[in-house]
Amino acid sequence: MKLQISSRLAIYALLELAADPQRQMSVAEIGEKYGVSSHHLAKVMHTLGRAGLVRSIRGVGGGYSFSGNARRTTLLDVITLFEEISGPDGATANSTDAEWALDQVLNEIDDIARATLGSITIATMLKQMTRRKRAAGARNAAEA
Amino acid sequence: MGETQGSILNPANPQITIRRVREADLDHVVALDERVTGLAKPEYWHDIFDRYTKRRVGERFFLVAEPAGEGADLPLLGFIVGEVRAWEFGSRPCGWIFAFSVEPDTRQQGIGERLFEAISDEFRAIGINTMRTMVERKNQLHMAFFRSEGMVAGPYIQLEKDLDD
Ligand SMILES: CC(C)(COP(=O)(O)OP(=O)(O)OC[C@H]1O[C@@H](n2cnc3c(N)ncnc32)[C@H](O)[C@@H]1OP(=O)(O)O)[C@@H](O)C(=O)NCCC(=O)NCCS
Repeated sequence: MKLQISSRLAIYALLELAADPQRQMSVAEIGEKYGVSSHHLAKVMHTLGRAGLVRSIRGVGGGYSFSGNARRTTLLDVITLFEEISGPDGATANSTDAEWALDQVLNEIDDIARATLGSITIATMLKQMTRRKRAAGARNAAEA
Repeated sequence: MGETQGSILNPANPQITIRRVREADLDHVVALDERVTGLAKPEYWHDIFDRYTKRRVGERFFLVAEPAGEGADLPLLGFIVGEVRAWEFGSRPCGWIFAFSVEPDTRQQGIGERLFEAISDEFRAIGINTMRTMVERKNQLHMAFFRSEGMVAGPYIQLEKDLDD
């Protein structure tokens, strides 16, 4: 499954900011970390702001901070701000059997993708990232 | 009963004890399960109790959560049931969780997580390092809970066939 670049950027930015709700980051800082233009990212942040997930802070050292609920915001909530996650095409009564059969398969796949994205919250992603760090730390300690 | 229960626990740090099920808990288990699923299944639970407390007890875990330092008769706050299953579908031994409930009035205070961790510890202690469960895809609460505990899609996929077709 592929996500549009805006959706990915939005998720990366939210993970950066939600990891520490006190933290403020400028568009340039986030853009630098993920190698994207501030121009593109600014639009993404604007959309996240309208959805109430980030708050913009004006002035020197301004930027964005996280203002959503990390435990209740799912990946699907974020992605659907930027793109449509295909729903059932809905084979109609006029579809051929072949169209119907292929639709069944594609719908099955979409259904699983949607259920997965709809159950993983920003908080769950952050926990997953912490687990990875911890595992890497343990590996390094074992090697040292 | 619900009203008093919320106040037993300090939401920031629920004081609970997790232990093996006892016969005296069964009525509470049946009642909690009925409140959650809408179906009373006393026979089912007595049967599970028998199997879990009499045979292969080293690899079957029926754990309950209760308020810590409780008087004798406080109702349970939740339970989790799981066992080691080996070689089904060619799988190496792994721990299966197949029943899990937290009292609706005391949810979102970490009791589910404590039960989940307790059964994980039991499996780990007998050398089992994979745990599985099955979740209804449409049940966002269950999906979100198990994901938040670090569970991910496993290597098996469940298939079914409608035999009336
Ligand atoms: C799933 C269940 C066991 C969770 O129990 P709980 O005590 O509320 O869970 P916890 O408080 O430990 O929650 C742990 C994590 O799960 C997730 N979670 C729990 N409830 C959630 C909800 N309503 N929405 C989204 N995520 C939720 C959260 O990530 C939570 O972590 P957080 O508190 O840091 O946000 C409980 O909701 C339940 O019993 N549901 C019904 C079970 C059932 O139908 N059983 C019968 C068939 S077996």
